[in-house]
Amino acid sequence: MSKFGKKKKGLPAVNTAALPDIVFMLLFFFMVTTTMRETELKIQTPKLPSATEVKKLEHKSLVSTIYVGKAKTEKQGKGDKIQLNDKIATAEDVPAFILNERTLVSEAEIPFMTVSIKADKKSSVGTISDIKLKLRDVNALKLSLSTQKGSEIKQ
Amino acid sequence: MARRENPEINAGSMADIAFLLLIFFLVTTTMDVDSGISKKLSEKPPKDFVPPIIKERNIFEVNINGNNELLVENEAMKLKDLKAAAIKFIDNGGGEGKVEDGVSTGPCTYCKGEKDPSSSDHPNKAVISVNTNRVTEYETYVLVQNELLKAYSELRDRLSNERYGISFKALEAAYLDDKKNEDLKKKVEDIRTSYPQIISDTEPKSN
Repeated sequence: MSKFGKKKKGLPAVNTAALPDIVFMLLFFFMVTTTMRETELKIQTPKLPSATEVKKLEHKSLVSTIYVGKAKTEKQGKGDKIQLNDKIATAEDVPAFILNERTLVSEAEIPFMTVSIKADKKSSVGTISDIKLKLRDVNALKLSLSTQKGSEIKQ
Repeated sequence: MARRENPEINAGSMADIAFLLLIFFLVTTTMDVDSGISKKLSEKPPKDFVPPIIKERNIFEVNINGNNELLVENEAMKLKDLKAAAIKFIDNGGGEGKVEDGVSTGPCTYCKGEKDPSSSDHPNKAVISVNTNRVTEYETYVLVQNELLKAYSELRDRLSNERYGISFKALEAAYLDDKKNEDLKKKVEDIRTSYPQIISDTEPKSN
């Protein structure tokens, strides 16, 4: 009996003091590597349409994003708004935007550059078409219509 | 005595707090994977460009009006029927394929369609033309594109299963994993050219 009693007394608590350190390291890793969002949206966050036949966008550095959606405040006026970089722009500004994006990558990679259009599902095809025409003018022909990966249609 | 007055601080819950923060960051930040319908725009035509004449029977016309209603080949249609109609059109195989570099592709041997003389000749001649209105909702447009792509991928899957015993998606994925594999490349190219995706968008009408 005395033997058991002794053992109980001698059992040390496992030292978990290092556990928070490990978790904090993980935490910092995530805080540093993940991005909240690269550009601040000046328009309402587009509600993307959903589709099933989607392809993943690879090579993030070669993707330039054009946002299309409704204005956030009434001051900006009505209708579809196009956002390039951090500014609200018109379709006329698209070529300049693409040419600017092209300066950021090496020449060999230019043909692989993709334009991703993130448009709200309520926006009109006319606006998208205006952008497409402007993209064609500067020969930016690879396009991706950003969608959610959705389920089958209900209709 | 001194040891008794300074008991160890219990840091057991520290880990819990850190975990809470960690989970918060895991949930709120997104390493979001962008996905979308990929499209290739046509190049800007030169000024004196005369568009090639395409036979009426080889064009599958999809109209979307301002109220997001579909008119397919001059008949009103629901979105859910579009895929079947597109498959029927593409897979018709009612005539000769196009002549490329003097080599005729001949009639479509793998098509299982009705060989209707009023519908498309060959999958490589079948053009799907999507007409929209400027005020058409973008969502409808995307859904239509999606249905048309679905029609193509269904046909491609079918052919791929027949020829190589593997779905086209799996074949394509295998090729993406192993890009140097000439055999896979040939198979993917074969399926792609058998059912090329020819979807053209016309400029939207203003009303």
